[in-house]
Amino acid sequence: MKIVACIKQVPDSEAKVKAEGGKVSWGDAPLVINPFDEYAVEGALQQKEATNGTVTALCIGPESAKEALKHALAMGADDAILVSDPALNNIDTVGAARVIAAAINKIGGVDMVVFGRQTLDNGSGVTPTQAARVLGWPMLGLAGQIKVDAGSVGSSPLTATVERVIEEGRQIVKAKLPAVVSVVQSIGEPRYPSFMGIRKASKAEIPIWSLNDLGVSAPAPLVTRTELMNPPSRESSVEIITGESPAEIVDKLADKILAEKVL
Amino acid sequence: MKTFVYIDHFKGEAQPASWEALGLAKSFGAATALVFGSNVDEVAKAALEYGADEVLLADDPALLDYRAETYASTLSALASPASSPLSAAPDLILFPTTTRTRELAAMSAVDLNSNVITDATAVEVSGDASSSLSILVTRPIYEAKLFEKVTASSKPQFITLRGRAFPKPERQEGKTGTITKVDAKTDALTTVEGYSVAEVGVSLNDAGIIVSGGRGVSNNPSLQPPAGLDDKQAEIWKAQQGFTLVGQLASVLGGAVGASRAAVDAGYIPYSNQVGQTGKVVAPDLYIACGISGAIQHLAGIRSAKMVVAINKDADAPIFKVARYGVVGDLFQIVPALTEAFKKKLGK
Repeated sequence: MKIVACIKQVPDSEAKVKAEGGKVSWGDAPLVINPFDEYAVEGALQQKEATNGTVTALCIGPESAKEALKHALAMGADDAILVSDPALNNIDTVGAARVIAAAINKIGGVDMVVFGRQTLDNGSGVTPTQAARVLGWPMLGLAGQIKVDAGSVGSSPLTATVERVIEEGRQIVKAKLPAVVSVVQSIGEPRYPSFMGIRKASKAEIPIWSLNDLGVSAPAPLVTRTELMNPPSRESSVEIITGESPAEIVDKLADKILAEKVL
Repeated sequence: MKTFVYIDHFKGEAQPASWEALGLAKSFGAATALVFGSNVDEVAKAALEYGADEVLLADDPALLDYRAETYASTLSALASPASSPLSAAPDLILFPTTTRTRELAAMSAVDLNSNVITDATAVEVSGDASSSLSILVTRPIYEAKLFEKVTASSKPQFITLRGRAFPKPERQEGKTGTITKVDAKTDALTTVEGYSVAEVGVSLNDAGIIVSGGRGVSNNPSLQPPAGLDDKQAEIWKAQQGFTLVGQLASVLGGAVGASRAAVDAGYIPYSNQVGQTGKVVAPDLYIACGISGAIQHLAGIRSAKMVVAINKDADAPIFKVARYGVVGDLFQIVPALTEAFKKKLGK
């Protein structure tokens, strides 16, 4: 089975992200593979192992995003492709979905595209679904578990069944491949890169595809940012409740909370 | 301006944030509610009682289970300027933010050459539909470490609203209005095989009150784990006893149980309970943090909480910097005592 894992590079989750002069600043914090996308790579590798398949890691980003792809290679992806073009600097979610769909079509013969549930930067989590719609493929979103019908491997078409993690529990949904899948953390902890994997990744030649290579023009952004704001700072006026005994402390605390009328 | 409001429901049970979306739509003018499903007349009637001027109802056995493609295609047919059977296609479509609406709005936006803006915490409308309609949306990014204002150049605009960010309108019992049946689009690429039940009680997204536990819940020195457990199993066993105390306080307050990333990573509680950075951003009226030190991601995740109460044995823990009230002490004494105090004071 031919699998593509889509990833993005984002500032590390520990970074102190701030708005500075209308731009996002994360100081000297490192750029890393989006944490949710590590689960996407893990989910893709599980399917690779179950079906004797291959995993291609795919990323849109600047040249420096090759580092995120190398992380996916070190985890066990077979190859990696970077889509990079100055015209993509301000793309929105649907623009990204159209570019990813074009790259999937150029790769060709793909059975399954795996995304993480959302990115840490924009965080809207809609690009996987939009890519599925652009491709005209089924969307199996928020999968906590993926099973490709083993009996059907080698024959065509394959089917995949996923357990979607939704607010009310789990919804079990089935579709014929090719399909787009997004995964949540219950797919399993992302494996650590192996020593051999890191060596292989450090030597890997990662091809760069431009929009020209994909045969598409730059999608005009439909959503644009007009302002960037730091969140209002919280007043730091904590009142520490003290007393002779836990009973006295909680009695005071409960009265304070009740007086705030938040219950 | 013409506004559609999509009413999200699961098996006929509406997501409360749908009514918040209806309230916002009414503040801009007339609101048309959309209800999709099978045998969902009650949801349509409730939409009228929560302020909808009319309801468009796609009631079809093929819509019994939510599926992204059927629901998106049904919506796209109604909202398309080219094919809408209605007198006018909408300028704006509002949704509560749920796992379903993120997909459905995303797909329908592709169909209509538009895009979706998710997780709105404020929506400002100026101008009108005929001339220079402008809609500015405020939303959190970088897991609420920053906020951005965005605007969309395409029509209709799809906006999903963050739960509890907008006031819920009063229900006007017995208010009626026109319910118009519309066609369902039933072509689907997926089949629903079934459901299994939730692991959690009150959903963190809707919770007005959240009681959360951190790494500290496993540190009760007075507990003796059962024999035969290795160190890791003993730690998890202790943490589970700690989360039972957290759960009892949540239960007496009618709230949900949350957890820090450290507690989730240590395997104490499922990740669906995680608050902050890679988990959930929440907006309760009251957030009680038990044994949570307050990593930067966690503090970002609870920024929208109206009031934070922190219980921690470390007086220097960063959580106290965002708390209104704090107790420096042993959570294993304070939390159960607080549960008992609320039981008495609330007459439970």
